[in-house]
Amino acid sequence: MAPLVTFERITKRFGAFTAVDDLTLAINEREFFALLGPSGCGKTTLLRLLAGFEMPDAGRVVLETQDLAGVPPYRRPVNMMFQSYALFPHLTVAGNIAFGLKQDALPKGEIAARVDEMLVLVQLSGLAGRRPDQLSGGQRQRVALARSLAKRPKVLLLDEPLAALDRKLREETRFELKDLQQRLATSFVIVTHDQDEAMALADRIAVMDRGRIAQVGTPTEIYEQPSSRWVANFVGNVNLIEGRVAQVYPGFVTIEREGLRLRVAQAEAVAPGMSAWAALRPEKIRIAHDVPQDAVDGAAENGASGVITDIGYLGTLSIYKVRLDSGLVLKAAAMNESRQAARTVRVNDRVWLSWTPDATVLLTA
Amino acid sequence: MMTAKTNRHWTARLAILLPYGWLVAFFLAPFLIILKISLSQSAIAQPPYTPVFDLATGWESLKDAFSALSLDNYASIVTDRFYAWSYGKSLQVATVSTAILLLIGYPVAYALARAPRRWQATLVLLVVLPFWTSFLIRVYAWINILQHDGLLNQALIALHVIDHPVTWLATDQAVYLGIVYSYFPFMVLPLYAALEKLDDTLLEAAADLGAPPWKAFFAITVPLSLPGIVAGALLCFIPIMGEFVIPDLLGSSATAMIGQTLWMEFFANRDWPVASALAAVLLVILVTPIMIYRRREARQIDKAR
Repeated sequence: MAPLVTFERITKRFGAFTAVDDLTLAINEREFFALLGPSGCGKTTLLRLLAGFEMPDAGRVVLETQDLAGVPPYRRPVNMMFQSYALFPHLTVAGNIAFGLKQDALPKGEIAARVDEMLVLVQLSGLAGRRPDQLSGGQRQRVALARSLAKRPKVLLLDEPLAALDRKLREETRFELKDLQQRLATSFVIVTHDQDEAMALADRIAVMDRGRIAQVGTPTEIYEQPSSRWVANFVGNVNLIEGRVAQVYPGFVTIEREGLRLRVAQAEAVAPGMSAWAALRPEKIRIAHDVPQDAVDGAAENGASGVITDIGYLGTLSIYKVRLDSGLVLKAAAMNESRQAARTVRVNDRVWLSWTPDATVLLTA
Repeated sequence: MMTAKTNRHWTARLAILLPYGWLVAFFLAPFLIILKISLSQSAIAQPPYTPVFDLATGWESLKDAFSALSLDNYASIVTDRFYAWSYGKSLQVATVSTAILLLIGYPVAYALARAPRRWQATLVLLVVLPFWTSFLIRVYAWINILQHDGLLNQALIALHVIDHPVTWLATDQAVYLGIVYSYFPFMVLPLYAALEKLDDTLLEAAADLGAPPWKAFFAITVPLSLPGIVAGALLCFIPIMGEFVIPDLLGSSATAMIGQTLWMEFFANRDWPVASALAAVLLVILVTPIMIYRRREARQIDKAR
């Protein structure tokens, strides 16, 4: 299947600053695609290149088979939902939604029918006659969404669509957005700096760093199999344990550092003596009070003892900071399955941390 | 605690009273005096009208004075074609000038608002710069340019555009030129203030939804700058209606606007009552369109609710 949108070796500079640096990326039909990265990584620029508000200094943007070079925004079959919503303050809700349809000079009846359809879609049917300043933030967000969907674009571009909503509404809207994308079977490209949002919404995520793509993959791939320390660090919480490759076996390698021996189930090509990092997610670490027998013997792999120095209570789970005997500090997370009084792990407790060989990811970059 | 509260109460009251006090002292009171004079009769006396209210003469004579007031002056304004013509001339000059100002001022204000940020302060300063020279001197300068052997004719003859000097001064065109030149900043500044606030993202959204730049201009930019258009138009139209200096210096007797007629009645004919009646009618003419606009605006706000 040919991709719907292709960015081919795109470079975009603003003065001395390179916003997008020789980037190549393909987005498929009916895909919910997320561009994820910190501010200034070039994700919004990429979106604006596709919308036509910016022109690339080098490279091509291709929609289906059409090279979009020189095609102005008003002739591109893509629509954008702006971060600020950019609703027209002098037009009603219905007027805003109808704006794009009027540009196409559709018959009046058809415009009215499509506006009604959109109002139903975003559940704003009673508010057609309101002006934007008479709406709540959540309602404005829906109007912006309806307006950008009214022309049935081939690709819907969403620039931080949920950033202006409060947390509770943001989480509810996420589900609605995902549901909407599946019902309409349109490609959605969302720009976000919020990894939870990208993970919850997208079929695939491109993690961007300084104008380049650090990794493209499904949310699971990005989280479970990050390609670099940078991605592992940006997406979620991670312990990065630096060590030296000790042995390479078929199917796994061992990594050593002072007071710690790790067995990592990993197929990556490494040679003994190389320095490498083991990425270990906090929630994949088990915390126990009892030290197992092999650890007493000094033969344990994937385990270490230490003292709890800090507990961060987050409601659903708690983050435990553990100082290992070697001085290394690891973060471990555990669900708060019981209420506080029944929890046994306290600050200054001596605990044993352990994890399985496939919990860690070996990184060389 | 109690004193603090009372103090705040009093300062708040003072803040409201100040503008009202100002309006009463410098607008309402003089207007009532004008209104009273406009109902009086011209007389060769000091002051040059009767009756004169004098509280010292007692209740009866005050009552007599009141009954001596009449609408005669207003009747003569309505019946004498000369006054109607003069009002009409003023309306015509003010309307045409305001339209020209809007046509020239809008592109200039638009260019100002679109100019790079660091240039804008300087460009706005350039628009305001003429204010640093006396208004009267600037109008006299136009006389020098437009007169028979003035700069304009000299330049046109030197360029072989014309063979003989053309009469520019004392024409309608000269009056329009002077007015447009003088009121230009009053049109540009409110337009600039409205256009400068315009969010560029709205134009991007319009483009994204399929509107080419010229359509986006009429669908988004113009309606959103409407408050600036109205402010600029009122700021020009109202003073141009009563303009005296420019038509007096650059125009002829054929361009006798109401301001000149008023001046003539007051100073040349010493007919204070008629002059006052002319001023009162002018005020009504000017206030009416503003009231209509405000009513429409209020109704729109109601409808939006």
